[in-house]
Amino acid sequence: MKANGLLSASQSALMAVVGRLMGIIDVPLRYLQRKTGQTGMAAFFLAPNMAIFTVFVLVPFVINFVYSLTGGSAIFLSERSFVGAEQYSEIFACGNYLDPNSCKQDVFWIAAGNTAAFVVLQVSLMIVAALITALILNREIIGRGFWRAVFFFPVLLSPVVTGLIWRWIFQRQGVLNGVMQGLGLEPHDWLTERNSAFFASIGVSIWAHVGFYTLILLAGLQAIPKDLYEAAQMDGTSRQRVFWRITLPLLMPNLIVVLVLALIKAVQIFDEAFVLTHGGPGTSTMYLVQYIYETGFASELRNPGLAAAASILMGAVLVVLTLVQMAASRRNEKKGAR
Amino acid sequence: MARAVYFVTRRRGASGSGRGWHWTDVFTWVWLIGGLFIMFAPAAWLTLSSFKTPAALSEFPPTLLPYVTETVKIAGNDKPLPLYDVTLPDGKMARLVELRRVGTIAQMVDPAAPETIIKVNIKDRKPVQKLHFETSNYTEPFVHFDFLRYLWNSVFVTVTATLITLLVNSMAAFALSKYQFRGQNAVLIVIVGTLMVPLAVIMVPLYSVVSSLGLLDTLWGVILPTVATPTGVFLLRQYMLTIPDELIDAARMDKASEWQIYWRIVLPLSAPALAVLAIFSVVWRWNDFLWPLIVLSRSSLYTLQVGLNVYSGQLNVQWHFILAMTVVTMIPVVLVFVFLQRFIARGIATSGLK
Repeated sequence: MKANGLLSASQSALMAVVGRLMGIIDVPLRYLQRKTGQTGMAAFFLAPNMAIFTVFVLVPFVINFVYSLTGGSAIFLSERSFVGAEQYSEIFACGNYLDPNSCKQDVFWIAAGNTAAFVVLQVSLMIVAALITALILNREIIGRGFWRAVFFFPVLLSPVVTGLIWRWIFQRQGVLNGVMQGLGLEPHDWLTERNSAFFASIGVSIWAHVGFYTLILLAGLQAIPKDLYEAAQMDGTSRQRVFWRITLPLLMPNLIVVLVLALIKAVQIFDEAFVLTHGGPGTSTMYLVQYIYETGFASELRNPGLAAAASILMGAVLVVLTLVQMAASRRNEKKGAR
Repeated sequence: MARAVYFVTRRRGASGSGRGWHWTDVFTWVWLIGGLFIMFAPAAWLTLSSFKTPAALSEFPPTLLPYVTETVKIAGNDKPLPLYDVTLPDGKMARLVELRRVGTIAQMVDPAAPETIIKVNIKDRKPVQKLHFETSNYTEPFVHFDFLRYLWNSVFVTVTATLITLLVNSMAAFALSKYQFRGQNAVLIVIVGTLMVPLAVIMVPLYSVVSSLGLLDTLWGVILPTVATPTGVFLLRQYMLTIPDELIDAARMDKASEWQIYWRIVLPLSAPALAVLAIFSVVWRWNDFLWPLIVLSRSSLYTLQVGLNVYSGQLNVQWHFILAMTVVTMIPVVLVFVFLQRFIARGIATSGLK
């Protein structure tokens, strides 16, 4: 009680200081308003956000293209030499387009291949898991709020924490091998064997994100009118039929949103996979963002131009995915209007 | 008990109607209980492990709870010696202390009679263990490593970035929702369009921009590029559109300045949306990894996430410290989860933001 009183006292003191401060700010702003007029103040309110936005998003976005046309290891654009499309032809210099090892930038193509495989497996498995979870959470179960929270918990964890939790579980002397030994199975070097490290990175990222997509799908399920189900029940429709004929078609708009969002996120896989395996063993869990990061900043022979070119190629994939999403959601809107 | 089982297993509308358990009911509960285990057990295991001593951590197979071997001080030895339950050759049990070990034979003594040495095969003994929470895993990294510094850096980045985000995003949202001006739609399109420009695509030129502003290797270099979030502007604008314009017109009649309208009317009325954005922003900034990793190279500036990555990437990973610091890094997010999970869930369900 006492602590509460203290808190609210210090809180109101803080509010008084902030209020006074805002009063002082108001004086020059009133003067400004007399100059610009009422609507002119809109520019003032927009200015800070747009300034930060321009400097840290728009300008980098535009000069990224210039970057990808220059060479050398210097950071500042003025110290870089113009090389034209050389970085792009460097990436596409391959002996045989079906074999990444024949390319000059073999690591880029290995990373691209890993990312593609990761995207296909992670997204498809995760959407199935999210759909099942959402369908279950949409049933009349005891403690629905609690169960919804359960699947949401890992979504909030930082990728670094997620990566470390699972590294601790998967390590040679970890609890997973302990359980396997207890069951009479052979312990396995999960993170130092190529295939299991790759599948571990997929599993961990599904674990971390499935709750997010479950929530979106659950919101979609709850928006389906109940009377449709009641009508189906009166007609004695079987459960399978209800699912395929009512639930799935009406959930389709949400499923498409979830699909594209998950694809866009999966293409950018980095944090948790990086902490889990650091791209290893070898390059078996090296994904595109890690390639860009290492080419641009981390490696001895850093090449920001090449990293910029690679990031533009990745950005192009993301733009295509976003356009697909927009087209899909427009088609859905049209359907809804009909 | 039977009533309890009935209560847990009954289903709405099922009682009396003669319908039993459908296979989907079984599947539902298997999935839920399995989910409970898979979602929480890893973090719980991490937390339990973080209280183990290095010796207990290297044990295989690992024990569930943190145990240490009990020790006893014996006259003539400086260090406390480990205690074992020994099966003697005559089949009797005894509690002995190990003096030294040669191959598979241990020289042990009875603490009550430390003069007579008993030779025991190490197969015939088991260490006496007790539950022990090694709290120095938590205190040591703060005292001897820079983790207190990392914690402070993380708090500073999170709090500052969130405050700036709330201010500049709400100002922009106010302009975009309560004024009509030329180019308004263009501004909105640009903001929504940048939702599609993730950090990974622009990190190389962003690095050069931050570096030419002299912000490289500063916490401001971490904070500033993140604060003008398009999601925040969009979320607040949608909310402010629902605030009636009559309120603002009335305030103008009373000679309120535009700044006063923003500060005294629109901002307090937007409190629910501001709260959602604040929660999101805290989680985003606390969890940020890639950008701080790029900007910060001086170790005194690391945030917790970067510090954890660096220490866990060393050749000899000191897992007892790493695990404890991972738990520390997890705590704010767990608090958000316990107290604010409902708001976040609602925010995601209605807007699809993350």
